[in-house]
Amino acid sequence: MSSSNIAVASVRGVSKTYGARKALDGVSVEVGAGEMVALIGPSGSGKSTLLRSITGLHPIDPGGTITVFGDVVQQNGRVTGAVRRARGRLGMIFQQFNLVGRLSLFSNVMLGALGRLPAWRGFFGLWPKADREMAMAALHRVGVSEYAPQRANTLSGGQQQRGAIARALVQGAQAILADEPVASLDPVSARKVMELLVELNKRDGLGVIVTLHQVDYAIRYCDRVIALQKGKIVYDGPATGLDTQRLIEIYGPEYEDAFWEAKA
Amino acid sequence: MTAPVTSPASVTAVPKPPVKSLGAWALDAMIWGGVAVLLLISIDAVDLKNVSRLFTNAENMKGFAADLLRPNWDDWQLYVSKMWETIQIALWGTFLAIFLGVPMGLAAARNIAPVWVVTPVRWLMNALRSIPDLVMGLLFVVAVGLGPLAGVLAIALNTAGVLAKLFSEAVESIDKGPVEGVRATGAPKLHEIMWGVIPQVAPLWTSFALYRFESNSRSATVLGLIGAGGIGQVLFDRMNGFDYSSVSAIVIIVVVAVTLIDMLSQAMRKRLL
Repeated sequence: MSSSNIAVASVRGVSKTYGARKALDGVSVEVGAGEMVALIGPSGSGKSTLLRSITGLHPIDPGGTITVFGDVVQQNGRVTGAVRRARGRLGMIFQQFNLVGRLSLFSNVMLGALGRLPAWRGFFGLWPKADREMAMAALHRVGVSEYAPQRANTLSGGQQQRGAIARALVQGAQAILADEPVASLDPVSARKVMELLVELNKRDGLGVIVTLHQVDYAIRYCDRVIALQKGKIVYDGPATGLDTQRLIEIYGPEYEDAFWEAKA
Repeated sequence: MTAPVTSPASVTAVPKPPVKSLGAWALDAMIWGGVAVLLLISIDAVDLKNVSRLFTNAENMKGFAADLLRPNWDDWQLYVSKMWETIQIALWGTFLAIFLGVPMGLAAARNIAPVWVVTPVRWLMNALRSIPDLVMGLLFVVAVGLGPLAGVLAIALNTAGVLAKLFSEAVESIDKGPVEGVRATGAPKLHEIMWGVIPQVAPLWTSFALYRFESNSRSATVLGLIGAGGIGQVLFDRMNGFDYSSVSAIVIIVVVAVTLIDMLSQAMRKRLL
């Protein structure tokens, strides 16, 4: 799978247990640089858990290992000290945008610079001029620069999500992990966000891993699809290989519910 | 799609509405009965039978009331300057309390601090809150002598305990999404708090601090009674000299000043939330 460069994320034998439930059950997968990968599967299949494990937002069970751009971020059931550097290289997009509502859109995007600025500058919000210009350029690129001074919580979902992508750009992220980025958006905003992710992948060569509830989006926008079911990978291959038979295996007989638009 | 409330086709019977269990009734009866018993056995201890004295000592009250109705404004400049001192005590006491309360409040929030930090900090907070500021004032009068500084320190410590508790509860109720958003950029923990937590709690924290300033300007008046500076000290002196006309003037000044602070602070808090 990984073509040339060092892998965005390499996941080896990863399990995650919540009480008696296994959210991930021995998952091993590798995503190469510049890939555009969709993670699909029914609710509770572990796709968000996998994404959040990669960026170290929660620890995995002992035994598994996760490497991000060559740095081991999870080992022996612990999130390692290298995770902050890895997070700086991964832009994370959330279903609920996770912008700080009372800060302006501009300040939110500026927070992308926290990982690389000296701690005192970041603490007091003394952003260097070059970084401020970078933030405006990022906002301009995703098409919401006119909302820069507005409080994030006064913006629509689509505007906030594009702001979140701008924050990832300011981070200088080499890959983007997007956790259900369009699930809270209307179809028009959803398409814009997906097209933006595709553009970042094709034009800037960023690796993209996106969890999607909508199978049609996965097929339309992603080259490679990984399907999870009850914490196990049940499909990993080209999007074109997902036929009706496969989808019934993944989602069960109600697989048509997993389509956003009516199945053609 | 509209379905009838009771569908004739439904096979299973409609379940009965929930009933309060006998155990729940018994528990309710015990709690309310217990409160009633406590009130009854406390009648003697609080001398409730003497309530009639309010009326039998009417002559005393008449003289007192007559003096109160004729406030003596001769020393009004002294009263106003002492009232101002009281407000300054409240101001500095509250400021120092915020200064101590912010780190304690963060360290006592279970969602951002580890349990081995939270537990001792909560003990400290509880200890600070459980010592009334009047007692705290007596201790500081011994430590730093009579005067406003004792009042400032008493208010600062007591309020720090109260604010830390309110602050930590605000932190515990934040939305963790934005914090994760900041964390996912690779920011260190301190930045997560500065940018993910503080913006979320800022309006509530400010409102709590203003509210405490309000109540501290009342507490500072009382603290004067034990020699910790401000208008209370003058009030106590005039009271002991049976100079009820001056007491009346002082009380009027206190009521006006505290009401103004209340109104001002309430107006500010309304704008915040």
